[in-house]
Formats: sequence, C-alpha cells, structure tokens
Amino acid sequence: MQWETVIGLEIHVQLATRSKIFSGAATAYGAEPNRQACPIDLGMPGVLPVLNAEVVRMAVKFGLAVGSRITPRSVFARKNYFYPDLPKGYQISQYDLPLVDGGALDIELEGGGSKRIGITRAHLEEDAGKSLHEDFHGMTGVDLNRAGTPLMEIVSEPDMRSPQEAVAYMKKLHALVRYLEICDGNMQEGSFRCDANISVRPRGETRLGTRTELKNLNSFRFVERALNYEIERQIDLIESGGEVVQETRLFDVDQGITRSMRTKEEANDYRYFPEPDLLPLEVDARLIDQVRETLPELPDEKRQRFITEYALPAYDAGVLTATRELADFFESAVSESGGYAKRTANWVMSELLAYLNKDGLELAACPVTPEMLGKLVARIEDETISGRGAKDVFEAMWAGAGEPDEVIAAKGLKQVTDSGAIEALIDEVLTNNPQQIEQYRAGKEKLFGFFVGQVMKASAGKANPQQVNDLLKQKLDGS
Amino acid sequence: MAIEAAEVKVIAHLARIGIEEEAVAGYARSLSEILGFVEQMSAVDTTGVEPLAHPLDATQRLRPDEVTEPDQRELYQAGAPAVEAGLYLVPRVVE
Repeated sequence: MQWETVIGLEIHVQLATRSKIFSGAATAYGAEPNRQACPIDLGMPGVLPVLNAEVVRMAVKFGLAVGSRITPRSVFARKNYFYPDLPKGYQISQYDLPLVDGGALDIELEGGGSKRIGITRAHLEEDAGKSLHEDFHGMTGVDLNRAGTPLMEIVSEPDMRSPQEAVAYMKKLHALVRYLEICDGNMQEGSFRCDANISVRPRGETRLGTRTELKNLNSFRFVERALNYEIERQIDLIESGGEVVQETRLFDVDQGITRSMRTKEEANDYRYFPEPDLLPLEVDARLIDQVRETLPELPDEKRQRFITEYALPAYDAGVLTATRELADFFESAVSESGGYAKRTANWVMSELLAYLNKDGLELAACPVTPEMLGKLVARIEDETISGRGAKDVFEAMWAGAGEPDEVIAAKGLKQVTDSGAIEALIDEVLTNNPQQIEQYRAGKEKLFGFFVGQVMKASAGKANPQQVNDLLKQKLDGS
Repeated sequence: MAIEAAEVKVIAHLARIGIEEEAVAGYARSLSEILGFVEQMSAVDTTGVEPLAHPLDATQRLRPDEVTEPDQRELYQAGAPAVEAGLYLVPRVVE
C-alpha cells in the first residue's frame, strides 16, 4: 500500500530578553545553579507575576512577519501539573486566547517550487527549571535558573508530508526568528526546541491517522532521523495488523529509535483555567504599528531582492540569505568590490564558507572582513591577480597577513599583464620546445595546454592566463 | 451533574491530595452539590456574552525588560530542607 505521512510541528522559541517573562531575574545562559532564580521563579507564596513588555513586542513582531492576526485581548492561563522543577505546581501559558493567531510560512521544496505551511497559533509561556537525577545520594537536584524564561510556542498546521518538508519548515522558522532578533537560535543551549506530531494514512485517505508526539528533537538532523524512524515504525505496525497508540515518544539519539514515554490514558489532565494573577493582555494598534516599523527585511524579501538586484541565481540567493549576518557580509563585500556580485557570491559561498566550516568558526569571528574580500574580488576583476593567485591571497588573509594589496605585494603575486613581457616568455618556451611545435602543427592540438603550462611556469604563475592563451594562439596558429 | 467516586480519586491524584477511602463518598456528594449550585447558571441566556477572563475590569500593565533581581541564592536556600552544589534537593523523581 502507498502511505502518506502527515506532520505538524510545535516549536519552542526562547525569546532573547534580558529578564524573565514574569520577573526581573536575569536570563543569561550558563550561570551557576539558582543564581538567577528570584522568589517569583521559586514560586514563593504571596508573589505576583508582572509581564515583560519586550516579550509582548517580540511575539507581535513574529506575528507580523508571518501574517498573523494579533489578538487584541489575549489571556494567560494556568496549566497544572506536578514536577519539582515547576515549583508553583502550574506553568503560566496561554490557552484559548493566544496572542498570535494564524499565519503561514512558505518553504522551498527540494525539487523546486514552494509550499505554504499554515501556522495555527503562537502563544507565550514560561519555561520550567531543570532537574538533575544523578549524583545526589538518590535525590533529585533542581536548578531554577531557567524557570520563568520567556518562551513562544509556535504551533503549525499538519501541513507537512515528509521529514524533508518538516526540516525545511524548521530551518525557515529558525532563520526567521534570528532575522527578527527575537531568539538567538542556539539549539545546543535549548533556545530553539522542536516537538513533532506525526501520523500515517493510506494515500488518498482524507481522515488523519492516529498520531504520536515525538520529543527531544534538538537538531535538524535528529528531526529528520526521528521522523523517518517513526514513519517506518507506524507503517510496520499497521501493516502487521496492529494499531498506532496515541502517545508521547522520546527520540533516543544513541540508538536512533523512538520509545514510548507515556500513553494518553495516563497523560496529564492539565486543568487549564484563566490565570487570576494576570489581567488580560491588551495590544493596541499603536503598539502594533510601532513594532511594524522595527521589522527588518525578511528572508524571502531579501532573497528575491538578491535575485533581481544582483542578478544572482536562486540557489546563490538562498545560500547567501540563510542568515542575516551572511547576507550583510555579502552586501558589504559586493559594494567594496565595485559591484561584482556574482564573483563575490562565488567567493563567499566557496572559500569563505569552506574556511569557516574547516575552522569551526562563526561568521562573527571570521578573520577576513567583507571589505578585505571585496577588495580581493576587485583585484581579480582589474586583473591585478589571477584566480589562482587570489586563492593564495585569501589563505594568507585568513592567517592574518593583512589587507589584500599588502599580501599581493608581499608575496609578489601581481599578475604580469604586459604583453611584451608575456611574448618574451612565450618565445623562450617555443624556442626550447621545437619538437612539440612540430607535433602540434601536425595536429596534436592538446599540446596547446602543455605550452600554456610551460609559459605559466616560466612566469612563476604570474602571467595573466587569458593573455597567455591569446598570444600563444596567435604565435602558434598565426605564424 | 453528579461526581462519581472514581472521579474524586482522579481529581485527588491530580491535585496530589491524599484522601481516606471512607471520605470519598462524602467528597463526591459535596462536589456534586457545588456543581449543582453552579449549574443554575446554565439557565441564563449568555448569547453574546464574552467569557470573563478576570473579575477586575482592567488590563495587564507591563514592566520594562530590565534585570532588577539581584542574586540572593543563599538567602532563598536558607529555608530549603536540603541543598547541595547550589541545587535544591528533592526526593528522587524520574519519569
């Protein structure tokens, strides 16, 4: 039987505020345990939560970027469950009236074309703390630094039909929240977390199959692996006469499998009710307008502009606009190069990204600045150096040798473009290789490459290859 | 709407309240009576009435995004039954 996969994602985005969603404690990552947990985060009796204005602005910014309706009057609710890292016994979240309602994100499909993925809603909530189960004489250690960290949970429609689409959506969302500067996107530190709802059904069937929820998908690669495993598991189960049980499953990274965490019957009944400690949140048109003015150029707009303004292929535009930093780097470099966009794009996408990758560096720590790369491109374009020479210059700049012009001078990489000098070299090579000339003239045309090589060697790689080609052709064929 | 004994036990478990077996019937009766009292509301026509999210007719004030809470871990942990390496210790829980 032909099977169809149906996937919806719930993505938790940690909002990049300085203080927590309901308290003035710091949110910085990596502090010593409980150094950033104040009485509100600890759930002390008598404390009251006060909502952080920046959290609201960030969620509105996201909503505007994905075409959502901003709920004019949204309501916080208590989600009740017991766990030691949730000292109040409830998580403050939003339930029936989330701040961000509806919206969509377009993903690019691998075979070309795009697909619109619906966004159901995005709501605000607080994170819980962290429980450590080892090494405490049979007790559990609780760190509440993370408790009260602002989260926005973005819930998609079940619009994705393959793990590849799910990953594309997740990457798109990841790029977007970083463009918007509302999340640092750091997946190792848990700033961007993904849960997936997945089911299978016979192709052509319109009703949804029973779904499972996968947790702990904290990298793009894990998402794809976990979903692929789960699809196989569900199909095997159904084809062998079994039934999928609605349950939460945890992805085991080491074994590459998903395993049951808890089934729906024993799942928590969260008993949501409106949070009496917080009044309804009103967002007026003025605030929405203010936030709209802070919206940057969005990834899709930037990508389109790169295609039209710089005449770049769609693929290049996609790579270069993957992050705002890389796009900015490219634009500065192009401007410095004198507008040679395609060549600059090539250098950014090949050398620059390869070197960053090799050294495991972020763009922010890149030793070659956009200005340096732009000047290098300009030197290739004005024929001061050859493409080959430029690679040496780039390598030297990467190692800290300074500006391109300095490196070119220091390494003597300036191209010889004086045709008299090149002709002299050619004459010398021809004089030394009379046999090859005879063979060439007798029809062994591939010897042309041999002559080019000899001339370049004689010039220590500095002769302009195009000129060598042209002049050599004249001499060999013309005379 | 009547609450059954089984529901009383589920609610007690969710709220982590220990109740004696012989008290269950009494709770079931009391809870049913409370619900019955509230159910009188069903007789009221609420068409077009928005659900009340909060009894106060006011909206949430926001605070600026500033760190205002200093680190007072030692003070807060002074009242904790068990602490180690800066962590609050609780009876072991593993899901």
